[in-house]
Amino acid sequence: MEAWRFFKKTVNMVFFGTRGYYLWCAFLLTIIGVAITFYIDQLDAGLIVTNMRDQVSWGLYIGNFTYLVGVAAAAVLLVIPAYIYHFDPIKEIVVLGELLAASAIIMALMFVLADLGRPDRFWHIIPFIGTLSFPKSLLAWDVIVLNGYLVLNTLVPIYILVKSYFGKEPNKKFVIPLVLLSIPLAVGIHTVTAFLYNGLAARPFWNASILAPRFLASAFCSGPALAIIIFQILRKTAGMKIKNEALFKISELIAYSMFINLFLLGAELFKEYYTGTIHLAPMEYLYQGLHGHNSLVPWIWSAMFMNITAFVIFLIPKTRENLITLNIGSLFIIVGVWIEKGLGLIVPGFIPDPLGEIYEYMPNITEIFVSLGIWAFGLLIFTLFMRIAIPIQRGDFIHSKYAKATIRRQYERIKP
Amino acid sequence: MEDSKSHTRRDFIRILSMGALAGLSMGSLACTRDAVEEFLQKGFQEMTEEEKKQVIRRLEAKYLKKYGKAFHISTQPADTGVLWGYGLDLSRCIGCRRCVYACVKENNLSRTNPQLHWIRVIRLKKGSLINLENSEHYYNPETVPEPGFMYMPVQCQQCENPPCVRVCPVKATWKEPDGIVVVDYNWCIGCRYCIAACPYKGRVFNWAEPNIPSAELNTEVHYLGNRPRMKNVVEKCTFCIQRTKQGRYPACLEICPTGARKFGNLLDPNSEIRYLIENKRVFRLKEDLNTEPKFYYFFSA
Repeated sequence: MEAWRFFKKTVNMVFFGTRGYYLWCAFLLTIIGVAITFYIDQLDAGLIVTNMRDQVSWGLYIGNFTYLVGVAAAAVLLVIPAYIYHFDPIKEIVVLGELLAASAIIMALMFVLADLGRPDRFWHIIPFIGTLSFPKSLLAWDVIVLNGYLVLNTLVPIYILVKSYFGKEPNKKFVIPLVLLSIPLAVGIHTVTAFLYNGLAARPFWNASILAPRFLASAFCSGPALAIIIFQILRKTAGMKIKNEALFKISELIAYSMFINLFLLGAELFKEYYTGTIHLAPMEYLYQGLHGHNSLVPWIWSAMFMNITAFVIFLIPKTRENLITLNIGSLFIIVGVWIEKGLGLIVPGFIPDPLGEIYEYMPNITEIFVSLGIWAFGLLIFTLFMRIAIPIQRGDFIHSKYAKATIRRQYERIKP
Repeated sequence: MEDSKSHTRRDFIRILSMGALAGLSMGSLACTRDAVEEFLQKGFQEMTEEEKKQVIRRLEAKYLKKYGKAFHISTQPADTGVLWGYGLDLSRCIGCRRCVYACVKENNLSRTNPQLHWIRVIRLKKGSLINLENSEHYYNPETVPEPGFMYMPVQCQQCENPPCVRVCPVKATWKEPDGIVVVDYNWCIGCRYCIAACPYKGRVFNWAEPNIPSAELNTEVHYLGNRPRMKNVVEKCTFCIQRTKQGRYPACLEICPTGARKFGNLLDPNSEIRYLIENKRVFRLKEDLNTEPKFYYFFSA
């Protein structure tokens, strides 16, 4: 009876909403639709419809994958203070942060699938059914930790939400160990993803021990920056209760992370440029251009400008605690880190290739639309998560036993 | 742009209607069963002898239908007491690329879209050997050799410690007992991690369905070697296992007009390759990476 009511109300919330909600969903579904036609073409003709070739054999898909693993890992930045230090203003948004992480992981896994030449043989990678090469292949490690992280980050919020639906406090003995587990796992997913590239002696650009620390530092910038923007949107449209104080606290953490990120970048630049061995070539390609090939140069310097500007904004309390400059800084970080951890990380790894050839890669229309489609799908999932989670958290969507007799039309207020 | 879009839409409709047709017609049951069998096929290393025979029968029928030619697919295992090694005399190589195209023909490589080569001959300015950044891959003079340059053919180095095998997430590639690194084309998931891991560019990818003129197909093939591949899987040089298992030399060696290429069993103290290693000054490419290649470069003059 109650389950049926829950189901009915959920369907109601998902399918009925304001005009803004319909427009947003229609917009996302259109992009997804276009992306599917491009993806079908890619399946049919092969990966030749992308701009990837033997010289640069990974591109935009794997770049997005790396970035999104970082966004997902950064959920811990919201979890740590909430659960360990009981910092209340952040506590309210942990569930949403974890659902953001889950959405990011789903997108990351979809990007791997989009990059896979033979998705029909996907089952070969499933443990026990296929032949997963664990522990030798780092990709096998990544499959395990990413899926574990996904399960954890959906399990915990769902448990907390169900408990709130029944008007109860979550059982701390059950939740706290899981939350504590999610912290090392978050560090783990991004470290393993860094090691994926790090462990290849053939690619000097990635074969630097600073890679994993830099991954973590930049992830702890981009993930929280994305959270700051999303939480403000939800506050405006869905009436979610988030105090400014919480946003400012997050931005302070970003400032520290960005400092570490820039410091590690400096350390890397010094080592490569001062020693100036032939292993400098990929970095030269990225920052200066190599033998007249320089298509990534404007991108990486834009990223550098955005990251440094954002660092200054987030460092000064006055600009950090002003919503306008805070948002500019957040957007700069989202884009800046996307360039740095996306194309700026993947492509120079392949240039020059092991026999010294230079093949310049830029994603083509197929890759761009398939990527946009995956982003749209992730945003759609996150929107639907929020559609259910926010009313529960606000106490509007609750077990019939506890609901007030007067049925308010509260869902109409909910916009994405 | 407009063209590619309508093309996409047409393909989409075609796939939908094909799916509907396949679902409706029960007559196509036999071909569906083959597709299901292929989908569920195990990795080569996990198959029993009986399963291997079944797979070969199905594959031979498939190739006959697809290319109109009768193939003979061998699954002959590696010999014991053999460890294959290759020698290349850089002072004799004239950069004619005959080896490249003999390999393409022998091993059924895609000719165009994508054009794949297992051997890549790079041109280096005399005086610079280690920094391959100065190499020219697409040199195209009237005649070779050109004064002031030397040529270095590079193919899979059949490493004893192959990084490509280590990274494969599904064990679709492995080192055979005779030291040859092979790929199970029906098990590869197309993630291309091995391409990223190889320091010698020894692996190439079938970015699309391979294009091979039917008349030029080589029908004497090995399951782990030169049998026709499918789209979106990786492939590589095997020192022509279909030939070496029958006591023949690799195709690249046979075609070489200057005799720059040598081949033999590293475990046999009387082999030519052992003679070279002991009497010439050999080196291996990127030895600092500890991949232990079984491909020896040397200068006879």
